[in-house]
Amino acid sequence: MSYFGDIYKGIKTLLTGMSVTGKYFITSRKGAITQQYPDNRDNLKMFDRFRGEVVMPHNENNEHRCTGCQKCELACPNGTIEIIWDRQIDPETGKKKKMIDKHIYHLGMCTMCGLCIEACPTDAIKWAQNFENSVYDRTKLTRVLNKPGSKLMPGVED
Amino acid sequence: MNITLSITTTIYKFLSEYMSEGAANIGTMVTIAFIYLAIFAVAGLYLVLLERKVAAWFQLRIGPNRVGWWGLLQTMADALKLVSKELTGTVKADKFLYNLAPYFVIVSSLMALAVFPFTKEFQAFDINIGIFFLIAISSIGVIGILLGGWASNNKFALIGAMRSGVQTISYELSVGLSLLTMVLITGTLQLSEIIEVQKNGWLIVQGHIPAVIAFMIYMIAGTAETNRAPFDMVEAESELGAGFHTEYSGMKFAYFFLAEFINMFIIAAIATTIFFGGWLSPFGITDAIPWLGAFWFLGKTLLLVFLMMWFRWTFPRLRVDQLLTLEWKYLLPLNLLNIILMALIVWLNLTIQF
Ligand code: SF4
Ligand code: SF4
Repeated sequence: MSYFGDIYKGIKTLLTGMSVTGKYFITSRKGAITQQYPDNRDNLKMFDRFRGEVVMPHNENNEHRCTGCQKCELACPNGTIEIIWDRQIDPETGKKKKMIDKHIYHLGMCTMCGLCIEACPTDAIKWAQNFENSVYDRTKLTRVLNKPGSKLMPGVED
Repeated sequence: MNITLSITTTIYKFLSEYMSEGAANIGTMVTIAFIYLAIFAVAGLYLVLLERKVAAWFQLRIGPNRVGWWGLLQTMADALKLVSKELTGTVKADKFLYNLAPYFVIVSSLMALAVFPFTKEFQAFDINIGIFFLIAISSIGVIGILLGGWASNNKFALIGAMRSGVQTISYELSVGLSLLTMVLITGTLQLSEIIEVQKNGWLIVQGHIPAVIAFMIYMIAGTAETNRAPFDMVEAESELGAGFHTEYSGMKFAYFFLAEFINMFIIAAIATTIFFGGWLSPFGITDAIPWLGAFWFLGKTLLLVFLMMWFRWTFPRLRVDQLLTLEWKYLLPLNLLNIILMALIVWLNLTIQF
């Protein structure tokens, strides 16, 4: 009897599968996931988890959250990040302190693995969603993430 | 409306005014051959386009939409590209067989098209062994595939061709037997007469339960015979590259490709003729306008083609042993039982007639 039972089960499961794809077929006009890229360039927005490039957000007072701890530089498997830092006098406490000078990021070498962002203890760097990253000159891929004249946001080190 | 679509007699009459009887005969044949060739080269291309569009919709994509309005010229452009490509070959290939194989495949599928009645009159070749001819011709195609795989001198091509042989020979049986089940009702093999029989109701209605079973078996076996997914181990990309046509390029590849789609059309067209009344309109609503038959025929056929595409984009590919189990342990015994059932029904006059 299980012979005919098998046939019945087989047909039933095949029809279940076909109904699933059939539903997709009918709704495909509305739910198409294709992005017709160069045409919809003006309003194409990448999803949040898209990894475009590493950026360092600054607030309106030109302050960032990077303490210059170099953890991202150590975490990067291919030496994409270079931190240039020096010891300067902190104006508030008057003590000497490690401070970031330049946070250099070579986009051309980055594999978008995200380890630097995981490693950063103060969440100073994060992913940007832009994707049109091609340039005609290789040197343009080397970016300084902290803006000129920026300084550490107060309270980050506490 | 006085458009007569009886092409054979029309062309013959036209030609016999200018030349002798024998020459007119040959002229008619050549003209019809060219008409069919032209129609089905274009039809094949549009079937490819249809497949790509349908596949896109099943996968929530948009599909080709750049060349021409709605992508309608896409496959034309592809064909032009394929024609202009270099025909490469392997050094150790058996040149003669290698070059012959694509023609076997394409010629056998084009030959099968000749016997279909698109309307009452539009039929090139109405022989009295129509179904037998179709079954015989459709198995010639596999010789082309075997030759292509063998002559390429490539292990992937050879394995693909052998799988195709196993598959086609097995499923040929089911196709033949399920059609035989229907022949029990019609009592004739001639396609035009089979359609005459269906004036009292399409065969799938006339034969009710065994006809539906025969139709299901036919669709499964037909899909397998055209080597389409889920039965496409012949060209299983993940294992065999492109299968038997790995070594083919340019137009010869296109022949194989086109033949696959024309074969799909043929399988659907046989099903339309045998099970769904061919060019007959439902309940005879457009009987007054004979040439609308072509519309009904193509409509039904394309619906069945769509069904096969639906299979393709739903089911995962089978393994070879599963394929053979399905045929020899399930389809074949069921088919034999079904023939007995059908014979009983015809004998006891239990068919539904309107
Ligand atoms: S994403 Fe990976 S490769 Fe790129 S900078 Fe960060 S750690 Fe280095
Ligand atoms: S970005 Fe983060 S991890 Fe890298 S130096 Fe600045 S604070 Fe440290």
